[in-house]
Amino acid sequence: MERLRRTMMFVPGNNPGMMADAHIYGPDSIMLDLEDSVTMAEKDTARLLVYNALKSVNYGDTEMVVRINPLNTPYGKKDIEAVVKAGVHVIRMPKTETAEEVVEVEREIERVEKEIGCLGRTKIMAAIESTLGVVNAYAIATASSRMMGIALGAEDYCANLKAQRTPGGDELRLARETIVVAARAAGIDALDTVYSNLNDMETFRQEVEYIHRLGFDGKSIINPRQIEVVNEVFAPTEKAIEKARTIIAAIKEAEKKGSGVIAVNGKMVDRPVVIRAQRTIDLAIASGILTPEELA
Amino acid sequence: MNLKTAHAGTLESGDILVEITPGTAGSGLSINLDSTVASRFGKQIKQVIDETLTGLGVTDAVVDATDKGALDCTIRARVTAAAVRATGKDVWKD
Repeated sequence: MERLRRTMMFVPGNNPGMMADAHIYGPDSIMLDLEDSVTMAEKDTARLLVYNALKSVNYGDTEMVVRINPLNTPYGKKDIEAVVKAGVHVIRMPKTETAEEVVEVEREIERVEKEIGCLGRTKIMAAIESTLGVVNAYAIATASSRMMGIALGAEDYCANLKAQRTPGGDELRLARETIVVAARAAGIDALDTVYSNLNDMETFRQEVEYIHRLGFDGKSIINPRQIEVVNEVFAPTEKAIEKARTIIAAIKEAEKKGSGVIAVNGKMVDRPVVIRAQRTIDLAIASGILTPEELA
Repeated sequence: MNLKTAHAGTLESGDILVEITPGTAGSGLSINLDSTVASRFGKQIKQVIDETLTGLGVTDAVVDATDKGALDCTIRARVTAAAVRATGKDVWKD
């Protein structure tokens, strides 16, 4: 089953209580933050907390991501060394503007991986938070075979764009569509920006529905309360599940017969349809609507 | 190892505040612990502090720790951070 990234929950890297409990709420990914949520004076202690948590806390199947400080700060290289040694799954680059920045991070990751004998273990994702980053989205998305996704960071992007944030998000439309298209063209995931007003769950739901329609794989979130809403929006409908099951069953039947061409209800089924059907099944299982046993 | 007084951590739930002050040569480690779970886990917490500092080569120091229910990995992180600050060296990598 392909890994789902409906929710990537931000957790400050200097808050051990939250770091210890975050996985209990069931986000698909947890992003421990060493960047904006940590003051300059606490960068060293946060790095050690994250390092020790990654090595010791049992996060189960949750994908563990760490947002590092940029390499042009005194902290970036140390962050990479610590989290790669601790076995992080994904390093999230903040404020990525060019493919060269990705290559530079990859070089540092490789240096540490070679030292400890685990070459190729760590994936990279890039947060795009500026107009230049949006313009270079595809180049960033394809800068390394380690790239697993790109994400929009809306606050910095809007400041750079000289636009105000609005509930409808008109100012983000081009950036969102560009990021989804770039991610799809590169064959990686697209994640949307955070929604930070926890007292307005209705607007949050509308935003999640909107980015789901655009094609995003998921959303960055800041609170466990947001997980249920995202999972509900991303859960496939009964009709979609039924259709997907029919397609998957037809595929299995065709494989058994050695037939190359598959038709369902008189319509030819090609590869994109199969990929979408499999994703629907994966989402249905992740949402608890289906069990793997029901598919057997 | 030359030390200066240093601390790391907070008094928030799930955390531990660790302060290291230099001890006289040969005095060993003296650990004073104030913990909300001292009766059940006091011995274990002190052991983690002791093992972490010994592993980092800090042998003569007074440690004042105020624990708010920190996990072992948090205790190790905070003790290491305080030791890095007290020694002025990135001792955690060694």
